[in-house]
Amino acid sequence: MTEHAPATTTVDTHAGATSDGPQTRSGSGLRRWLRDDRSEPFRRNLGLVVVLLVLYAIGAWSRPDIFLHRGRLWSNELTVLTLASSIGVVAIGMTLVIISGGIDLSVGALLALASVWCTTLATQAHGALTMVFVALVVATIAGTVNGVLIAYGRLAPFIATLAMMVAARGLAQKISGKSTQVVKVDGITKIAQDRVFGLPWLVVIFAGVAAIGWVLLNRTTFGRRTTAVGGNEEAARLAGINVRRTRVLLYALSGTCCGIAAVMVTAQANSGSSDHGNLYELQAIAAAIIGGTALAGGRGTIVGTVLGVLVFTQITNLFIVNNLAVEYQLIAQGVIIVAAVLLQQFRVGSLRKRV
Amino acid sequence: MTTTDEVPLLELHDIVKTFPGVRALDGVQLQVAAGEVHCLLGQNGAGKSTLIKVLAGVHKPDSGSMLWHGSEVSFSNPQAATKAGIATIYQELDLVDDLSVAENIFLGHEQSIQGFVRREHMRSDARAVLARLGHGEIPVSRKVGRLSSAAKQIVSMGRALSHEAQLIVMDEPSAVLAHDEVANLFRVVRELTSRGIAVIYISHRLEELRQIGDRVTVLKDGRTSAVNLPVKTTTTDDLVRRMTGRTIEYVFPERRPRRVESDSVPLLDVRGLTRIGEFRDISLSVHAGEIVGITGLVGSGRSELLETIYGARKAQAGSVSVQGRALPHGRIDRAVRAGLGLAPEERKAQALILEDRIYRNVTLSTFAQYATAGLTSASAERTAAKRIADLLALQPSGVTRPVKTLSGGNQQKVVLGRWLLDPDGDQSAPRRRGRGTKLLLLDEPTRGVDVGARADLYRVIRRLADDGMGVLMVSSEVPEVLGLADRVLLMREGHLIREAAAGDLDEETVLDLVMAGSLLEVSQP
Repeated sequence: MTEHAPATTTVDTHAGATSDGPQTRSGSGLRRWLRDDRSEPFRRNLGLVVVLLVLYAIGAWSRPDIFLHRGRLWSNELTVLTLASSIGVVAIGMTLVIISGGIDLSVGALLALASVWCTTLATQAHGALTMVFVALVVATIAGTVNGVLIAYGRLAPFIATLAMMVAARGLAQKISGKSTQVVKVDGITKIAQDRVFGLPWLVVIFAGVAAIGWVLLNRTTFGRRTTAVGGNEEAARLAGINVRRTRVLLYALSGTCCGIAAVMVTAQANSGSSDHGNLYELQAIAAAIIGGTALAGGRGTIVGTVLGVLVFTQITNLFIVNNLAVEYQLIAQGVIIVAAVLLQQFRVGSLRKRV
Repeated sequence: MTTTDEVPLLELHDIVKTFPGVRALDGVQLQVAAGEVHCLLGQNGAGKSTLIKVLAGVHKPDSGSMLWHGSEVSFSNPQAATKAGIATIYQELDLVDDLSVAENIFLGHEQSIQGFVRREHMRSDARAVLARLGHGEIPVSRKVGRLSSAAKQIVSMGRALSHEAQLIVMDEPSAVLAHDEVANLFRVVRELTSRGIAVIYISHRLEELRQIGDRVTVLKDGRTSAVNLPVKTTTTDDLVRRMTGRTIEYVFPERRPRRVESDSVPLLDVRGLTRIGEFRDISLSVHAGEIVGITGLVGSGRSELLETIYGARKAQAGSVSVQGRALPHGRIDRAVRAGLGLAPEERKAQALILEDRIYRNVTLSTFAQYATAGLTSASAERTAAKRIADLLALQPSGVTRPVKTLSGGNQQKVVLGRWLLDPDGDQSAPRRRGRGTKLLLLDEPTRGVDVGARADLYRVIRRLADDGMGVLMVSSEVPEVLGLADRVLLMREGHLIREAAAGDLDEETVLDLVMAGSLLEVSQP
């Protein structure tokens, strides 16, 4: 059929997609796969890996004593990972929410609320497990409230979570009386101090949450619904997908991530405080965006977000090890966000022209 | 009435406009004189919309000439057409709901001093414009979103006047109006023409054309089949004949003799379905192996009916049963589980995730059935989608590229294919749930699909019916409904007005019935 010829050429120019089934892939291995459009997310994340390598190069140039010394580099990188872990956990939940076409501005406040609630004297009296449980439940419930307001109350996600951001922070201040609540339970502080397989628990938790997030997004029906809702809500609805339930679950899940992060931050600071998680929403959103998640929904990867968090934290680390002022860090982070988004827009723009 | 000896206001000669796979305009002639109401008549797909867009500067014609005040013009964009004095009032009024009446009237050419809008000045000018249209009572500072459809139309016309338009194109202006509002519209149109402004008036309602029109140009298959007929004296028979007998070659598959007894329990049984303002008291049935076609004009409630049966809209009264079991209103998931599948009207906006891969679009409603304990199986989905792609002869046949790279016809196949998957019968599907689709609801299945691919789709639909699927299809293309369906339902203004075997109807009868105010209406109770 001749009328289909233009469509075929379009496909071929786009991302060089020439093969598409497992049967054609076997041909010449890796090179073939790299041109296959199934490797597209991988290629997208490759850019971030390059950025990370550049940051290491800058590190090696400015502080060769750290970056060119195996033992010190390892311990420095563990510091970076630890620094990244709590934001990373929040960013995983945020990524799923953004892929569904939403946004969650309340994450930092939910983190503070959960950390305060789980460190009240009454809760602490019940031990570490109860504290963790309370943190998770409180944050998940607050996230569910977000979801219900958005899915059933038809509030814009921005508005519902903005309200929650303000209210949850206020509630945290009310509960704690704006004072820092010191943790007296050993089990919690150990989370920030102990290691497993030579890695800090915090890093292991981050890795675990990222792995679960990856499986959820890429391998479960819930992940398919999430992508479908973000890609085309009406099409998802008409295909029989329960859009509302999916949305509620997503915000609840984002809340759970905040609860996990609350335990991590509480352990690190050895205290619960209504000031914890300040500006986490912005950093989590920034990490997701740097990682290639589209704010309009429908597109994004967990690996991208993890890399986004690492890039962000590595920059901070570079400034710290070079004893540069904090102001410059913030400026550099702003520049990175803009640069990442500009890069993605160019890519999308060039795609659009061809299609 | 018209002064034909003078230079016409607008003349089109041999206008041709092609889109990939379609020759939308194939030599159109048009002549409009100042101060006349020139009617444009033609079936859906005859090229009216394209012609309007050429006039409005949206489309650039491939060839042909356009004379405005006797000299050749070419509009490179809509602003150029507006500036020359041609204003277009589309069916979907392009007003901004959140702006006031005055702001809408002067949208794009706000009166300002040094960038500061002269609000009071604009308001009084807007009042003057509306007064000229005989509607000084419309408050100029009210938000347009709070006005009735009729008033919005007046505001659109006000905008045209504010641009000093000499030609106003109105695309089915009466479709959204109640009966008494139409009379008002006519008063305004006469007011315009008395000032020497020409109006191109598009409507399917012949009685209206008789009342308001001077001359009529008839389009068929992108050509003019009649130019400048006097609208008041040309008979309805004559007009309908010039609109019908389309020459586009529709290749329809042969109907097989029906195997299903009509007295068996119908696959789909709809009783007294009602949504106020959309359709009322609709009863119909579809049997297995049968294709039932619904046709009617835009606004007759066809698509709304289909979406309500599917549960995408909630019925206010009536019942929908599948194989004798009633479906709850407004529950898509239950409808899908009962075996209904919908291919919606707006393929890109309502059916596909354009950026996503083909196979994931095919399995969009069944991926859960290919999953084990919530874990999806991409390979099972790919295999199943691949088989559907082969079955429907998807071109190109690969299923991992983004669906947006496909042509319209092939995108439609992806949507159809979604409902043809049978996870139960799949060896690759570990779980056995659901029972597959039994009834397809197709809304404009060939919209935006080129002629060659249409025949392909028709074959697919017919084969599905032959295999025992029931099909309920909505289409505004009369030949398509008559050629493909076994039984045809005609809708007008939310009512079912006629049901007949496709063989008992012809194009002219159908057109006559769906267009209000026709001759046959009197003889058909």
